[in-house]
Amino acid sequence: MARRIATGDPTPVRWLLITVALGFLAVFLVLPLVAVLAEAFAKGVGAWWVALSGEDSRAAIRLTLIVAAIAVPLNVAFGLCASWAVAKYDFPGKSLLVSLIDLPFSVSPVISGLVWVLLFGAQGLLGPWLQAHDLKVVFAIPGIVLATVFVTFPFVARELIPLMEEQGRDEEEAAIVLGAGGLRTFWSVTLPNVKWGLLYGVLLCNARAMGEFGAVSVVSGHIRGLTNTMPLHVEILYNEYDFVGAFAVASLLALLAVVTLAAKTGLEWWHRDEIAASRRH
Amino acid sequence: MISVERLVKRFGAFKALDDVSLTVPEGKLMALLGPSGSGKTTLLRCLAGLDHADSGDIRLDGVDAAALRAKDRRVGFVFQHYALFRHMTVADNVGFGLKVRKGKDRPPAHEIAERVGRLLELVQLAGLAGRYPSQLSGGQRQRVALARALAVEPRLLLLDEPFGALDAQVRKDLRRWLRRLHDDMGLTSVFVTHDQEEALELADEVVVMNKGRIEQIGSPAEIYDHPASPFVFQFLGNANRLDCLVRQGVGAFGGWSFAARGVPDGPGVAFVRPHDVEVGPADGAAMAATLRHAIVLGPTVRLELSLPDQTPFEAELGREAFSRLDVSPGHAVGLTPRRVAAFPTQG
Repeated sequence: MARRIATGDPTPVRWLLITVALGFLAVFLVLPLVAVLAEAFAKGVGAWWVALSGEDSRAAIRLTLIVAAIAVPLNVAFGLCASWAVAKYDFPGKSLLVSLIDLPFSVSPVISGLVWVLLFGAQGLLGPWLQAHDLKVVFAIPGIVLATVFVTFPFVARELIPLMEEQGRDEEEAAIVLGAGGLRTFWSVTLPNVKWGLLYGVLLCNARAMGEFGAVSVVSGHIRGLTNTMPLHVEILYNEYDFVGAFAVASLLALLAVVTLAAKTGLEWWHRDEIAASRRH
Repeated sequence: MISVERLVKRFGAFKALDDVSLTVPEGKLMALLGPSGSGKTTLLRCLAGLDHADSGDIRLDGVDAAALRAKDRRVGFVFQHYALFRHMTVADNVGFGLKVRKGKDRPPAHEIAERVGRLLELVQLAGLAGRYPSQLSGGQRQRVALARALAVEPRLLLLDEPFGALDAQVRKDLRRWLRRLHDDMGLTSVFVTHDQEEALELADEVVVMNKGRIEQIGSPAEIYDHPASPFVFQFLGNANRLDCLVRQGVGAFGGWSFAARGVPDGPGVAFVRPHDVEVGPADGAAMAATLRHAIVLGPTVRLELSLPDQTPFEAELGREAFSRLDVSPGHAVGLTPRRVAAFPTQG
């Protein structure tokens, strides 16, 4: 029999709790994932591959990668700036900045898309000017990028702010007194100290950038082969009763989620000593 | 030589440094002593270039420090919590100041390695070059921080509460070791402390600070024997405070009078240290008092007494003297202060 401890519950209770937790996980996480894969491969690997290699699917995948390739670096830069500013300086409006960073989490994705339409759309604030100069923002790639950047900007900053605040500015000051310049201090002291947090932030930011549906849906215009990202493409195919096609693209997105989680766990495990060391210090 | 002239530093309405001037003589070890909020750490940070004064001058070997950025001052700084680079090994920490140099100032890699090795030997950590800071004890981290600061051959070594985070025994050992190191290497150093014992034991010169101002500068003996103000007297150790009246250089408290040279007529304060008072039988002594408690502290006994007007008074004497005295709580004794320091009442 297991050793009895003060906080230990009776065996039936323990089993009940574990069953509930695992059951919940199975119904809400594992089952959908299995369903996606089952549907995607319902007509064999060949049909799956044909669905993915179609021109529109390839265009959607390409667009998703482009958007992520622009949005993620932008938000890494923004996240580093914001967390550096919050953690290392005192300035008026600091707490306002911290709360504003959370805004995309608390606002509906529809709004996140709609603001860009209201700003840059044909009836929008800057619409006429853009039209006059033959620039397209809404229903084009720039709009999708803007919406994605907006939705994903908290990820990196949220990871880094608590980390940098906890670490304080002592090490940077030490580097400066030892003769290091600002850039050198950033590269060899600040960045290495936050690299794991930064990496998690990037992974989460990337997953969300590729998976975002709501905000992107509002600004995209759903033009096949031009402004359809993968999530939008899944919806279109599904609405056209092309289940294999829809689930084939969806399986890629699901794969992305699994890979992201695996990468995060793997990194944590691989560098567990270093991570523990930098937390303990 | 490092000189500071009329330094003023404000944080909002708070004056952290209020017209501070001092000189750090070449080759000396100077202590900035004061309670928290006295401005001592701010002064140290101004010397390092980590904070900037609102007005006043700092001169490093005759050069105006305002023209030099922190990174060009060649000042070594040991932080209170060491601030070691947590993701670098001990050797990389120590070598950092050399590696970040540019162009011809930067020594070749093998020379850096050699110097790091020598420094680690100097701080007795030669075997730990490959460790990370988190794998070291507090005392070892402290010594790595010191080696890192010394690597750039600083003209001035600054230490912020260098022993604050260590336990008592390690602190004592490190203190003596640091003093020897300072002398052997011919350093000019300034350290900040709130521990008067540490300042008096370690420093050649002590600067006592209070509320952003310098109360007194002098050798440990001068400071201890001739404190310039009631603050200094009280900060340097336990003291009994007696409100007295001074007339023509003579102070009076109760029925007892004492010399109060240089103190103007009027109300004053007199201080008597617990070990500067003789305790004898009740009759014929200068001050009558009643024993409340006797607490044995190793070789000495602390007596808690009260004077006729109920002012508490503390005295300290040897175990033997106490047993000769043969009194128990509630008994009357007579006090004869050996040394009294008197000051005019301020304000």
